[in-house]
Amino acid sequence: MKIAITSTGKELTAGHDPRFGRCAYFLIYDTEEDTYKAVENKGQLAGGGAGIGAAQQMTDEGVQVVLTGNLGPNAYNLIKASGIKAYQCKAVSCQEALALYKAGKLLEISQAGPSHAGMS
Amino acid sequence: MNIAVLSGKGGTGKTTVAVNLAAILKANYVDCDVEEPNGFIFLKPRNIRSQDVKVLNPVIDKAKCTLCGECVKACQFNALFNTKKEILVFEKLCHSCEACRIACGSGALSFQERKIGVIEEGEGDGLKCYRGILDIGEPMAVPVIRQLLKNVPEGFNLLDCSPGTSCNAVSSLRYAQGAILVTEPSAFGLHDLKMAVKLVREFSLPFGVVINKWDESGYLLEVYLWQENIKVLGRLPQARKAAEEYSKGRLLKDLPLYQAGFTALAEEVKEVFLCS
Repeated sequence: MKIAITSTGKELTAGHDPRFGRCAYFLIYDTEEDTYKAVENKGQLAGGGAGIGAAQQMTDEGVQVVLTGNLGPNAYNLIKASGIKAYQCKAVSCQEALALYKAGKLLEISQAGPSHAGMS
Repeated sequence: MNIAVLSGKGGTGKTTVAVNLAAILKANYVDCDVEEPNGFIFLKPRNIRSQDVKVLNPVIDKAKCTLCGECVKACQFNALFNTKKEILVFEKLCHSCEACRIACGSGALSFQERKIGVIEEGEGDGLKCYRGILDIGEPMAVPVIRQLLKNVPEGFNLLDCSPGTSCNAVSSLRYAQGAILVTEPSAFGLHDLKMAVKLVREFSLPFGVVINKWDESGYLLEVYLWQENIKVLGRLPQARKAAEEYSKGRLLKDLPLYQAGFTALAEEVKEVFLCS
């Protein structure tokens, strides 16, 4: 199974990014192989529809689980429609986020957060 | 000739200047602030005709679609999404560029029209009035502005633009041959005026500044205009009376306090833009 963690950097020790559409990287962790890779979020600098672009990357990468802070309305609907489970996480590092998920301590995201939440 | 009235900062008095000038000069008034057009309140045009503004959005023929995702890759605006079961279209993100249709190898894409606003025109006192209105909930104003400005008549037109210096103001400026920048003596007014000046200089448009709500506090503004050698077309005084009249939908040009200022401004505008 593939788990995507929204991240500020390319390593598991990097900070966990609570934003979905505007995060810098997705760390995609493969539970069978116990390996991970960093994928740049193509939608990061998009003028609009960043969450849609990010959700498309998740389906293209064959991800089944997403660990992030919030999902905006479009991203939430697409993640749901694609059969991906999303979990809310307030962890400091990506490593910690993964550990919390494995320990079953994360809650599934059951509603969309506000749009453009990560924009300042 | 199209003269754009813009400001950078909102609320400096673009509409006040544009409607009063249009009434004095008998210029056609064109409200390009399609997200909140309010000039008609003052000019009260009659015999309003309207036409719809439509954009083209893709429609996917599921029988022909192979779910290859090439259309999604081609879209620069994230308006398409491949769930692997179907292609979803986010119409409000679509810029109608048709790149998806070109990328589709199986001819599954066609386009259908979607209404996003209207253009209205009518007759005021000795002048024609035009405006675009963007439908509520629609995010993209540019197609409405473009259709509005493609259809304005020959002659002297005053374009009442959106605030700011983003796409909406820029797309109005594309149709302008000169600009009137309206500012006020506040720090925000000056800050945003500088952005507007940069923009009109980028377009190499002749322009001048109107200082609205003028009082002695605008020292930094005057210094800036002097240093940059920018022509001041007029100064309109700050007065509570102006806000009262504005709130009732009345023109200011005949008020004792403003008559001289607007008459002088109209003369300057004629001299700068029409006689050169």
